[in-house]
Amino acid sequence: MPEVKNRQAVTGAQAVANAMRQINPDVVAAYPITPQTPVVEYFAQYVADGLADTEMIPVESEHSAMSAVVGAAAAGARAMTATAANGLALMHEIVYIAASSRLPIVMPVANRALSGPINIHCDHSDAMAERDSGWIQLWAENAQEAYDFTIMAIRLAEHEDIRLPVMVNFDGFIISHGVEVVDFLDDEVVKKFVGEPKVKYPLLDVDNPVTHGPLDLYDYYFEHKRQQIEAMKHVYKVFNKVAEEFAKISGRKYNILDAYKVEDAEYVMIALGSTAGTIKYTVDLLREEGHKVGVIKPQIFRPFPKTELQGLLNGRKAVIVLDRSASFGAEAPLYEAVKSSLYELAVKPQLGSYVYGLGGRDIKIEHIRKAFEDAFAGNLIADEERYLGLRE
Amino acid sequence: MAELKGWKEIPIGGVIDKPATAKEYQTGTWRVIRPVHQPENCIHCMMCWLYCPDQAIVIEVVDGKPKMKGYNYYYCKGCGLCANVCPKTNDKLPEEKRAIVMKPETEFQD
Repeated sequence: MPEVKNRQAVTGAQAVANAMRQINPDVVAAYPITPQTPVVEYFAQYVADGLADTEMIPVESEHSAMSAVVGAAAAGARAMTATAANGLALMHEIVYIAASSRLPIVMPVANRALSGPINIHCDHSDAMAERDSGWIQLWAENAQEAYDFTIMAIRLAEHEDIRLPVMVNFDGFIISHGVEVVDFLDDEVVKKFVGEPKVKYPLLDVDNPVTHGPLDLYDYYFEHKRQQIEAMKHVYKVFNKVAEEFAKISGRKYNILDAYKVEDAEYVMIALGSTAGTIKYTVDLLREEGHKVGVIKPQIFRPFPKTELQGLLNGRKAVIVLDRSASFGAEAPLYEAVKSSLYELAVKPQLGSYVYGLGGRDIKIEHIRKAFEDAFAGNLIADEERYLGLRE
Repeated sequence: MAELKGWKEIPIGGVIDKPATAKEYQTGTWRVIRPVHQPENCIHCMMCWLYCPDQAIVIEVVDGKPKMKGYNYYYCKGCGLCANVCPKTNDKLPEEKRAIVMKPETEFQD
């Protein structure tokens, strides 16, 4: 394992901003929004201090931030932005255009509830609203993963077989403002890892003029969507390759699914983001009591790791899915995806859906334990959505 | 219409990877009314050429002066702008006196 030279206690926002400084993108256009604000504050400071030679564009809205980044990426620049919640929602239109134009933009998102009523705290409704936009979605459990994924995302986005934008999700406040110990890589190591931007069809190449974003009617639009579908199919192969290379420089090896104590587990819980850490702790407690429990944290939500989940979940007694967002009038997003993945399994586990933590509501060990105990008692109903930490 | 390509054959992201490909776009298939040039009435003032949004007016330079030679129906989408700006075409003139006559496309179908 490489020697740790730079271990610091920082907020997740600072870790992400430091990753951006080390990546040193050509262009960052950003608008501050809680809880993403410290990311761009730190980054703007780095630029002002001459620690990054990024062209920093302070725009007047997130719609403009994404538009400027799309323009910069089309020109051939390595371009980044960061946002959260309503800022992401305001970007929505251009978020689709970034993916459809196959621009390898990387965007950290400090996940937060979408209003209303107005709420600035953590939940996953912002990212879930963009799940079909064509962006790759990585999900970090802590500040270390938020830092690592931001660096890995560059390689993933710019890979020849992919050319898609990547959203690095990290829980607002819990990760963005919480202070943790993070092992940073050396600047030179990151610089070498991300390499020079791999540019395709740059507008600034005046010898080879191209048009980005033309009219694309019924004669070719469908074909371009099919290309996007194909690009998503390459993500896991490339992610594994990038993760392998990243392990060599960091000693930290990431898999598509972070499976904790799953090998012999009869009861498996699935969750995205920081809550997976709390579940791991709870799993340890339940293991001490003799329960065969485990937790799976998908590191990637889009594309959805269907095959990988099927391999891990076949024959388990029960699978419990925790969602930090609701889908009104339908099943919660993560649960829906897991449930449909398991349709063709030979031995289907019992399934349970639990929504928790909306608008920053605490998720506690006793809540997680309660969901596991429902599973132990055989008391899970696949078509029933239950709630953790909600007052009846 | 040019032969349509499959999804594996085209550049990603809808990028158009070379200039002037609009030349290959046959806007003439949109046409429902066809402008017909009557050269005997034409004064070759070039107003139609100047206003045509599709560069569908065919010009030939004779003795250093441009002559209106008719239409490239591959591009003409039948908007009627040429007839509208033509000083030798208006509602008061009988059709045989006009330089440009707009006729339903159905008259030309076999």
